[in-house]
Amino acid sequence: MSPNGKVVVRVENLRKHFPIHRGLIFSRQVGAVKAVDGVSFQIHEGETLGLVGESGCGKSTTGRAVLQIQRPTSGRVCFEDTELTSLKTEALRPLRQKMQMIFQDPYSSLNPRHTIGKIVGEPMVVHKMGSEHEIYHRVVELLDLVGLKEMHVRRFPHEFSGGQRQRVGIARALALNPKFIVCDEPISALDVSIQAQVVNLLEDLQKQFQLTYLFIAHDLSMVKHISHRVAVMYLGKIVELADRKTLFAEPQHPYTKALISAVPTPNPELERKRRRIILEGEVPSPANPPKGCVFNTRCPVAVPACSQVEPAYLESAPGHFVACHLVNPISTEPKVT
Amino acid sequence: MDNVTPLLEVKDLVTRYYTLEGVVHAVNGVSFIVDEGETLAIVGESGCGKSVTMLSLLGLIPQPPGKIVNGQALYFNGSTQRDLLSLSKEDIRHVRGREISMVFQDPLTSLNPVMTIGQQISESLVEHMHMSSAEAYERTIKLLEYVDIPDPTKRYANYPHQFSGGMRQRVMIAIAISCMPKILIADEPTTALDVTVQAQIVELVSQMRRDLKMAVIWITHDLGVVAGIADRVMVMYGGHVAERAYVDDLYKHPKHPYTIGLLGALPRMDEESSRRLVSIEGSPPDLYTEPTHCQFAYRCPFAFDRCWAEIPPLITVGYRHKLACFYDVDLGRPRDVA
Repeated sequence: MSPNGKVVVRVENLRKHFPIHRGLIFSRQVGAVKAVDGVSFQIHEGETLGLVGESGCGKSTTGRAVLQIQRPTSGRVCFEDTELTSLKTEALRPLRQKMQMIFQDPYSSLNPRHTIGKIVGEPMVVHKMGSEHEIYHRVVELLDLVGLKEMHVRRFPHEFSGGQRQRVGIARALALNPKFIVCDEPISALDVSIQAQVVNLLEDLQKQFQLTYLFIAHDLSMVKHISHRVAVMYLGKIVELADRKTLFAEPQHPYTKALISAVPTPNPELERKRRRIILEGEVPSPANPPKGCVFNTRCPVAVPACSQVEPAYLESAPGHFVACHLVNPISTEPKVT
Repeated sequence: MDNVTPLLEVKDLVTRYYTLEGVVHAVNGVSFIVDEGETLAIVGESGCGKSVTMLSLLGLIPQPPGKIVNGQALYFNGSTQRDLLSLSKEDIRHVRGREISMVFQDPLTSLNPVMTIGQQISESLVEHMHMSSAEAYERTIKLLEYVDIPDPTKRYANYPHQFSGGMRQRVMIAIAISCMPKILIADEPTTALDVTVQAQIVELVSQMRRDLKMAVIWITHDLGVVAGIADRVMVMYGGHVAERAYVDDLYKHPKHPYTIGLLGALPRMDEESSRRLVSIEGSPPDLYTEPTHCQFAYRCPFAFDRCWAEIPPLITVGYRHKLACFYDVDLGRPRDVA
């Protein structure tokens, strides 16, 4: 099912700074790692928003801050009609049923001492969703949904392969009938042939339950495959956001262009003809981001203004947002969709 | 393309690990040839034996528990030929670094954390090229410059932790090429890196290959990277060669069901609409059991009784196109294999 217009998650100006302390006894704050620095987006019901960027760009922290696993430094996160950032931990708990997460590493995210049945059933026990018997039946139902069998209930995580473990992680995320799932690089630890299995499963579940995903990944071709809209992050900021087709066909931001040109395609003829935009250097430290546009130190087309003034995040075409001085906005009013 | 000179010929390599839990059949009869100056990509999923094959050639398999049970690896140098697998420890050490060198996946664990970058590069120059320390210093600075490390004289005295991931991989490459080897083995050199940095490293290795006229063996699981750099590709599965061909033949006319599956499982940037990905059901084979039939039969949609009875031999299906499969996917029927 394609997404409808209803907004499920609204993020406004989200910031997550991790303080850097110096000194053991008279410890004082000497700076902050600006992991997420002013990020805004919305996700609609039944939609997959892809969030891509290189390691350290803050994409995972964004996912965690949206779910309030790590409380944001500032900014607002609205889930349906509830503002989450001002809620106490206790008040958040009932809402957690509707917002779940699938983790990157299927090895460290499952308790090695618990059986699969316990792992998948635990969220239902915590939220008191029925008797032991009812929960068991629901666990079997969930395992079936993700392609595992009833006989797996009594097994332990080490008896499973990476792909099967990721299925267990997905079953656990689905246990409480969530509306919104943050998928934090769910396939990057898996082999190619297994990645396709998991991606197909995520797509099927989305159709079946009208799920809303925030899909975090560094693999652009996979993000292109699964997402309806895509946001590109660089050093704690979203530099460009557009629907999938537009972003890959007509990227506006120089970073997006370079990123897309760097992704290899399994087609020898195209690869030989291709001219890559090779970016110089590597991502600067988020503890000490460059002045002005965060990308100006590596940008192949930077002008003097880029190292002075931070570009605003504006709409360059309907639904297409870019933060770059060299792209003409259609309106100078900031707005978020 | 026709008058190629082989540099390395591996014949029927079998490597096993004898562990307490049982025998791991890591490599089960792998044969291939590397020609002078070509790039051969070895593609496969984790546990398919691609790294173990390379480590076996260089005598880097810890013995025990590992053991090279069978095979030959002929290394041709001018008119002489030597079997790498039967060389003494001392002799293979001279081949490593001087003739064949290797770049590993994780540059942080492969570099010595308590030695400066400069020392680590000049070490092999002094050892293999018998340079004086002054000569080695000069050359190290040149090498650092060549792999695009800014400010090489200052960086010479830095330690690995002062470098970023991409820079460390450049240092690894500088060490690997320091003695001008004939063959560079790159074992997933870009897997731990971001795409933009991956593009830099791929570019650097292709340029080096042209400048130094080395043969490159590029081990990877990424069929995208392979398309851009390889001349020939070898696909491995469960310790066996599944298919081997020129890069264009392999991508345009893949013949092994596993290769076909792998290509279908990849989302592609060059496709307009999203099709459903082809998934290869099931999981990779259990290496503890001795293979007596095609290892891919468990997951193969075309498997028939013969696939469960014998191991398919490598047969020729085109110009330098080899295949280990009893089924003809193009014709939709079993193939005549003697």
